[in-house]
Amino acid sequence: MNRINQKLQEDHKLLSIYFTAGYPDINDTEKIIVDLEKSGVDFIEIGLPFSDPLADGPTIQESSTQALKNGMTTQKLFEQLQDIRSKVRIPLIIMGYFNPMLQFGVEEFCKKCQETGIDGLIIPDLPVDVYHDEYKELFEKYGLRNIFLITPQTSNERIAFIDSVSDSFIYMVSSASVTGSTSGFGQDTKAYFKRINDLNLKNLQIVGFGIKDQETFEQATEYAKGAIIGSAFIKYLNENGTSNVGEFVENVKALT
Amino acid sequence: MSYQVNEKGYYGEFGGAYIPEMLYPNVEELRSRYLEIMQEESFQKEFKELLKEYVGRPTPLYFAKRFSEKYGTKVYLKREDLCHTGAHKVNNTIGQILMAQKLGKKRIIAETGAGQHGVATATVCALMGMECIVYMGEVDIERQSPNVARMKMLGAKVIPAKSGSRTLKDATNEAIRDWINNPVDTHYIIGSVVGPHPYPDMVARFQAVISEEMKVQLKEKEGKEDPDYVVACVGGGSNAAGAYYHYLDKPEVGIIAVEAAGKGIDTGESAATSALGKPGIIHGSKTLLMQTGDGQITEPYSISAGLDYPGVGPMHAHLFASGRGEFISVTDENAMKAGLELAKLEGIIPAIETSHALAIFEDRKFKKDDVVVVNLSGRGDKDLNTYIEYFNL
Repeated sequence: MNRINQKLQEDHKLLSIYFTAGYPDINDTEKIIVDLEKSGVDFIEIGLPFSDPLADGPTIQESSTQALKNGMTTQKLFEQLQDIRSKVRIPLIIMGYFNPMLQFGVEEFCKKCQETGIDGLIIPDLPVDVYHDEYKELFEKYGLRNIFLITPQTSNERIAFIDSVSDSFIYMVSSASVTGSTSGFGQDTKAYFKRINDLNLKNLQIVGFGIKDQETFEQATEYAKGAIIGSAFIKYLNENGTSNVGEFVENVKALT
Repeated sequence: MSYQVNEKGYYGEFGGAYIPEMLYPNVEELRSRYLEIMQEESFQKEFKELLKEYVGRPTPLYFAKRFSEKYGTKVYLKREDLCHTGAHKVNNTIGQILMAQKLGKKRIIAETGAGQHGVATATVCALMGMECIVYMGEVDIERQSPNVARMKMLGAKVIPAKSGSRTLKDATNEAIRDWINNPVDTHYIIGSVVGPHPYPDMVARFQAVISEEMKVQLKEKEGKEDPDYVVACVGGGSNAAGAYYHYLDKPEVGIIAVEAAGKGIDTGESAATSALGKPGIIHGSKTLLMQTGDGQITEPYSISAGLDYPGVGPMHAHLFASGRGEFISVTDENAMKAGLELAKLEGIIPAIETSHALAIFEDRKFKKDDVVVVNLSGRGDKDLNTYIEYFNL
């Protein structure tokens, strides 16, 4: 069974952490992954940096720009991940924009993912319709789970389609925003989490965008299986470096 | 083969809508309604009236006698430079502001490079009393300050794009992020035939008035609707799309697209996408794109801010890939010379974008009886500083 699906069966709320590969330093990838697993994170999203990340706010944009300056490339990332499965068991998801994958060759990219032990992909600018018609078979051939986003504006009909195409979890974007731009969740957002929860979808939901600490993690997971932290972790890395990433995770998970 | 968009939003292999889910409801709303709205009688009536009374259409199709004599062929200039605000851009912003109203939107956002589209957007927002936010690269704000002042006079808020190269590409990224953050009340007026479907087609349809008028005017002057060639400069490609539109499926009309070679195609400082680009995804569209082998979008260069874009609209990518269009690239130097030459021969100072299209006659020879229409997309007032510096005027 795919490691993502296995993890989703565990009986607790799941914490996923995003970081940008090649940031703050080009060779931090393996260390960050190993330390995050050690500190009890449930999933790791490895950001493949892109020059023009449309769905991301300033924090992740800047980390991507820095990572590219540091020399990160798709090829380089796969080289860094070559032996990662001898070190960690945690589900690994690559999050990246579609153009670098297209240039790498989509099939070659999927193949490399399988070889290195990547379990899933999040590709914000590959719409579910195009995926369904052109790439689904390919992703499945290489055992990859493709994870789709929904937002408060996504219609129930489209959510049903996304649910039918998905086989892991649905990435529930907390509010209409780019990454890193909200502070706390209001009543509307909670009502939206509950509304989606009440749809009883085949795939569980994990909330992303706007989660930064223990309080927002708990709010987000009241009606969802887990939550994803990205920008807040990048900020932490920016301020504190990579020497003690466990500290960040402990602060989020303190009472859960 | 058709060169128009197909029902899925593609021109051949190019186009589509590669957008984050956050944009889907907005883009889908537009996609499902734009054709029906554009065909409404009330929409057409208002659009045509504004083009006539406010923009000043039809623009003349002027026979450039001295220019023609010099190059030994018959050259007509489609005078989009005489449109209100000084360029073809306003054809599209008039159309889109009416579209935004029909969709019940209250807030308008736009990106701009040189500032022409920003000014055209700020203009129609003032006209309709709507809130207007224009994203513009920090670098462009510095080098195009008169247009920034114009936008401010017109009541628009100009927000600097501070990411990446701080030019048009980044301004577009910021506008898209704004749209993600404001998914309900906002319409994004894209300024060219770029972006996710239906934008390339919608913008082309609004600009199509250019070739619609050309047909009537050529019939009057030459006794036939079709020229032998239509020539236009291409950055994103909206003036070109409008000039080609009604001739796309007439193979007897030659289509010539002129890109900015910058300092030369092989210098690393160029914006000639057809020569340097590969298929990829930029701003929600699959098209030809200047990028690294790793799929990172590269920074283009041209002396003309309006051609300084690393992609090209999907319609043009298809015209190139299929061989329907003849693509020529022109250096900064040759464009500047051609601009000065038109000023001296015809008393018309063109925008530097347009000067690229005029520069092809030096090398690309036409027959004596060929009727060649050049789309004179904009006037050169905004470029005076560049002309002054370049020629020590």
